Amino acid sequence: MSTVETELPEPASKIELPAHLGGGGDIPTFDITLRVRRYDPEFSEESKWEDFTMTMYGTDRVLDALHKVKWEQDGSLSFRRSCAHGVCGSDAMRINGRNRLACKTLLKDLDTSKPITVEPIKGLPVEKDLIVDMEPFFQSFREVMPFLINRDHTPTKERLQSAEDRERFDDTTKCILCAACTSSCPVFWTDGQYFGPAAIVNAHRFIFDSRDDAGDMRLEILNDKEGVWRCRTTFNCTEACPRGIQVTQAIAEVKQAILARQI
Amino acid sequence: MQVHKYDVVIVGAGGAGMRAAIESGQRAHTAVLTKLYPTRSHTGAAQGGMCAALANVEEDNWEWHTFDTVKGGDYLVDQDAAEVMAKEAIDAVIDLEKMGLPFNRTPEGRIDQRRFGGHTRDHGKAPVRRACYAADRTGHMILQTLYQNCVKHNVEFYNEYYVLDLLTVEEEATREDGTTYMQKRIAGVVSYDLATGELHVFQAKSVILATGGAGKVFKTTSNAHTLTGDGMGIAFRKGIPLEDMEFFQFHPTGLAGLGILLSEAARGEGAILRNSDGERFMERYAPTIKDLAPRDIVARSMANEVREGRGCGPNKDYVLLDLTHLEPAHIDAKLPDITEFARTYLGVEPYTEPVPVFPTAHYAMGGVPTNITTEVLQDNDTVIPGLYAAGEVACVSVHGSNRLGTNSLLDINVFGKRAGVAAAEYAKTADFVELPENPEGDTKALLDHVRNSDGGERVAAIRKDLQDTMDANMQVFRTKDSLNQVLGDIAGFEERYSRISVQDKGKRFNLDLLEAVELGFLLELAKVMTVAALHREESRGGHYREDFPDRDDENFMKHSMAYLDSGVTAESSEEHIAGIRLETKPVVVTRYQPMVRKY
Repeated sequence: MSTVETELPEPASKIELPAHLGGGGDIPTFDITLRVRRYDPEFSEESKWEDFTMTMYGTDRVLDALHKVKWEQDGSLSFRRSCAHGVCGSDAMRINGRNRLACKTLLKDLDTSKPITVEPIKGLPVEKDLIVDMEPFFQSFREVMPFLINRDHTPTKERLQSAEDRERFDDTTKCILCAACTSSCPVFWTDGQYFGPAAIVNAHRFIFDSRDDAGDMRLEILNDKEGVWRCRTTFNCTEACPRGIQVTQAIAEVKQAILARQI
Repeated sequence: MQVHKYDVVIVGAGGAGMRAAIESGQRAHTAVLTKLYPTRSHTGAAQGGMCAALANVEEDNWEWHTFDTVKGGDYLVDQDAAEVMAKEAIDAVIDLEKMGLPFNRTPEGRIDQRRFGGHTRDHGKAPVRRACYAADRTGHMILQTLYQNCVKHNVEFYNEYYVLDLLTVEEEATREDGTTYMQKRIAGVVSYDLATGELHVFQAKSVILATGGAGKVFKTTSNAHTLTGDGMGIAFRKGIPLEDMEFFQFHPTGLAGLGILLSEAARGEGAILRNSDGERFMERYAPTIKDLAPRDIVARSMANEVREGRGCGPNKDYVLLDLTHLEPAHIDAKLPDITEFARTYLGVEPYTEPVPVFPTAHYAMGGVPTNITTEVLQDNDTVIPGLYAAGEVACVSVHGSNRLGTNSLLDINVFGKRAGVAAAEYAKTADFVELPENPEGDTKALLDHVRNSDGGERVAAIRKDLQDTMDANMQVFRTKDSLNQVLGDIAGFEERYSRISVQDKGKRFNLDLLEAVELGFLLELAKVMTVAALHREESRGGHYREDFPDRDDENFMKHSMAYLDSGVTAESSEEHIAGIRLETKPVVVTRYQPMVRKY
């Protein structure tokens, strides 16, 4: 039995709250134009821009604007979404030329004096409007063996792992497989065979897990001509990651691990 | 139309579905059908932890966990099921660790544990450290780990396949006492492929429902847009009862106005709730465990503070979650995601400012009734051979009238595993049930009706009106009048629903069409929830009737069972609602007699 952590100080039963708390005043409204890249091969092989104008409120997000279009103006506008707060990874799209999650991008943080452009993420085949074929992306993910491989005799209780060893790969466990990083990578755009940042991030998560025994196999896979060496360190992926993962650094650590192994 | 044949078909790829798939996939020919991609499932949004009496950081045992679960559920829990869950919790956590889940660790390298609402040492004496966790993204880690292991075991997924019908057949059977009844059997499911608009029939010996909850009947909810109760809806339409639907959990700490979840782990790590006087008001409502009282009690206390004029903000309509006395480094290590939510969505800095919060619709305690082997019941005790359910869609019932925090992640792992094993074992000896004639007929008719309907009503407008009335009248406080208001409103929505039109007439990725189908489930489930709430003239757990503020064990310590029944007319129904028959089912009591529930 370990020692119990020091108890937190008991907070005060009553405190003086500052008068302003909770903000206040009226919710600001503003008008926006949403410029969406539309594509539906059932009706036309051409894609085109379409503008929608609407009034939005305070903390509304791009996803709210898309919903407003779908629910009030044009029900055929198609996009994926689920959790709506940045953890499920469904709604990565290109907003004003940058990959982001629509549910995590507040309209008030964009320049609303100009049309806000929304396009599907790049490098994956577009299926309809903002929906792309995710299969090539998940295929790369599966190829790096994204699961723990441990050859030791399995203990009946949990394996021990020090807090430091656990911390070593913490950053890359945050990945939600939204594809914002991979589809922001210029190498991935021009070379569909490249594993892409997300697959490398998920390989990193196991390579640096002290409980895992298959790091060498994963490094071998990523040493391939379509592996980590295709990375040109443009940092697009790090900028695009809605979870704040240091993607480029993770790729660099995998490169170093391959080199260290070759020595 | 294509027909596929599998031993086991699992509907849903959240925690319960994928935990089942890992077991079933290694034993039988298994397919998983999900309306999303597996990693989009809402298990990934769970934050705080998964309880198991590992006793890694302080004394604990599974019997205490069982007691807390029973008391937390205000004695409507089936105690045999709670015992199974608390006992198997320990292996469930160890299983996940072996699959690779990166739990936070103690200085000795064991799985760390922290406090959570309603989980106590020795039958309520003090909070206990029982929740195993990975920062405040435990659900994300569980979902990812299960998906990784599905990849490892080559589980076959059909992504973006919406299951819209259960294929069942009925045959006359005889009970031991010689009476006859209609025995249901499962033959498969009908699904709609989002990419092409084609229908696919899956014939299967076993079907596991793992479709999650129905939070979108409410406006303010922590649930995903896609949680529309499809599994409960298709089961109900096939004459399978729904159990305890009046019990819906409102999580105390949703971001005010948005409903986005802020984990109870915040309070587990020491955060406290304050009203507009700066008062730590939970000291008045739950003197012993204060802010760590179960969710129903905290949510009601918050709503009461607001109702009595002690709410905060310009409209005095929320309270504050105060983390400012915690070290920023501690917050960063233990609660990184939820503090980021507060910054991103409300622009509040939790290091220095308290966060505006209000209860948010979070979890359906009720669902498709099952026994502890996860077999679905067609009445109080008759199993439907081959049909299983696990997770939020199911009602075992381990949560009774109020689920304890962390017990849902536990539920999906324990009963997901049980379902996977049971379904695969059943398939080994069972034969396929012959598909009914024209198996996709009902689904095709449903879709054609929605597609071709050309009235002037918009799906989104009806859904919004439904959510508004549910928030106003079916939330933390309920009365006969408020519930009748909802039922009257729903009657109007049903009429409007018959006059909807869908704008997207295409076949590819027609989410417009599916939103209309989903609204049909939401309307039906909201009605069942409200009728059951109207019938239950007592207050228990998450169901609080202001006109009946006390628990009434004599008349109501029993589960409610709602059946679709066209023989019930408005005149013959006690609640004056046609088409729904309410019955009851006894609660399984093993070792804990109901006591007054105080914290």
